[in-house]
Amino acid sequence: MSKQTKTLNLNFGPQHPAAHGVLRLILELDGEVVEKADPHIGLLHRGTEKLIENKTYSQAIPYFDRLDYVAPMNQEHAFALAIEKILDIEVPIRGQYIRVIFCEIGRILSHILNITTQALDVGALTPSLWGFEEREKLMEFYERVSGSRLHANYFRPGGVHQDLPRGLDADILKFCNEFPKIIDDLETLLTDNRIFKQRNVDIGIVSKDDALDYSFSGVMMRGSGVPWDLRKSQPYDCYEQLSFKVPIGKNGDCYDRYLCRVEEMRESVKIIKQCLEQLPKGPVKSQDNKITPPAKKEIKESMEALIHHFKLFTEGYRVKKDEIYTAVEAPKGEFGVYLISDGSSKPYKCKIRAPGFSHLQAMDYLIKGHMLADVPAVLGSLDIVFGEIDR
Amino acid sequence: MLNNIDLEKKINSELNTKVSSSKIVHETLNVSIEKDDLKEVLLFLKSNPDMKFKQLIDITAVDYPNKKNRFRMIYLLLSHEFNKRIIVDFPLNENDKVFSITGIFPSANWMEREVFDMYGIDFQDHPDLRRILTDYEFEGYPLRKDFPITGHKEVRYSEEKKKVIYEPVKLEQDYRNFDYNSPWQGTEYVKEIKKNNE
Repeated sequence: MSKQTKTLNLNFGPQHPAAHGVLRLILELDGEVVEKADPHIGLLHRGTEKLIENKTYSQAIPYFDRLDYVAPMNQEHAFALAIEKILDIEVPIRGQYIRVIFCEIGRILSHILNITTQALDVGALTPSLWGFEEREKLMEFYERVSGSRLHANYFRPGGVHQDLPRGLDADILKFCNEFPKIIDDLETLLTDNRIFKQRNVDIGIVSKDDALDYSFSGVMMRGSGVPWDLRKSQPYDCYEQLSFKVPIGKNGDCYDRYLCRVEEMRESVKIIKQCLEQLPKGPVKSQDNKITPPAKKEIKESMEALIHHFKLFTEGYRVKKDEIYTAVEAPKGEFGVYLISDGSSKPYKCKIRAPGFSHLQAMDYLIKGHMLADVPAVLGSLDIVFGEIDR
Repeated sequence: MLNNIDLEKKINSELNTKVSSSKIVHETLNVSIEKDDLKEVLLFLKSNPDMKFKQLIDITAVDYPNKKNRFRMIYLLLSHEFNKRIIVDFPLNENDKVFSITGIFPSANWMEREVFDMYGIDFQDHPDLRRILTDYEFEGYPLRKDFPITGHKEVRYSEEKKKVIYEPVKLEQDYRNFDYNSPWQGTEYVKEIKKNNE
């Protein structure tokens, strides 16, 4: 008598804590082995691209905070760079340094969240408690500079909204001096932890060629040994003047990606320190009042400033007919904006290229043949945030 | 390593009849082709040893409702080896199908699904062409210019039926679209009056 076996379909999510948001994953299981994974996404789809088409350029910036909401400023950066390139605006050097400081803070914010929740998914609770304390400090820096912990709306085409408040640079430097110790502490909990290694080593291996074929970027690609970082290869703002290393993995498994992220946090701290040391004086945004609004004080005294202010906050600035693709190295990978302008004050089209979208697409390829318990480990190391995937 | 000008020359000479036009904008080469040559061109760009555009960054479409060919498909490619980007595009009629490139770039799968979902462009030979970002049983194609920003349906929990139900959108206040164009340059309606008088 032969035994009849059949595969079991399992619905994972969309309200599962290990799904990192609203992911619905349909798994086809043979016993405990996953045969097929079909991610259903779009539960957080808000139509960002459609909304941006209906808003002026400056009204579009806040939408970028709401994409990858754990590293909001990195995404504003891509959009700001696109407009700057079309309009040919020069960003003052101080503005560039401040932008880099906050991009790197965003990178640390994102990596802390990812590392600690990945640990949480495989059973370690403490790292997230320790890590979130540091995230809170970083979000306070966000708040002090922009008035908001999460949705900063701080970067502008032509620079940043306002200068650092007094004393903030000293506080960020103090954080930079203390933070490497916290990374060490996190590492003592995880790096040599037997359980953490059992759950992550040799899980979700990505080969070099597959990383290219599946449009991976960022840590997902560097973990597999491809030395590619847009900050080095296609530098923007003042990254050329800074010295930092790009950590690269060897095996392309979940554990290597974890190690890459830890090292990237250390490099980010170094970058922030360099920026603070070199931070020049001067304006933080372009002085062209056709693009950036004049200071409040001027508005009360100068008719021209008042007109500029009025025009910028009603009609907004016009962007000449053009098309451009700009990409930045966001914490999760290559975040790009494909912008088509038609000469009016609203974008004709704004396609957002989110790194997580192609990473999650490869879920089926990554998880095939693994056990059910490896699903959260792989999901965790993909570093997915649904804000950017669903847009 | 080829610079953009040499790259443009090389692509033009090797693909001669297939390239309808090419230009360098913002230090990126843009190549316009015809719909039917898509697969050959991408395969050439991917495999040529001087180019090696091995990574597909994104696929997207643009809607121009007033043009004869309503859509324009755009493919963004990246070559890690030579640190170069290239943009390939072609015009597309509303009723035409596009060849799926999932055989060349596996990552095209979801990207094409997204274009299908957002613009209703059909892909030939796609292994699994379903909607991806919108709701199950969604109707219409949201990124087309004629799709209203408010959408057609809204969702609420019905206390009577004890379930989530779909209803036509009811707005408490009409969607307001302000015309901020400076009156000196002529708002839309002034421009129209002017045009009619001429």
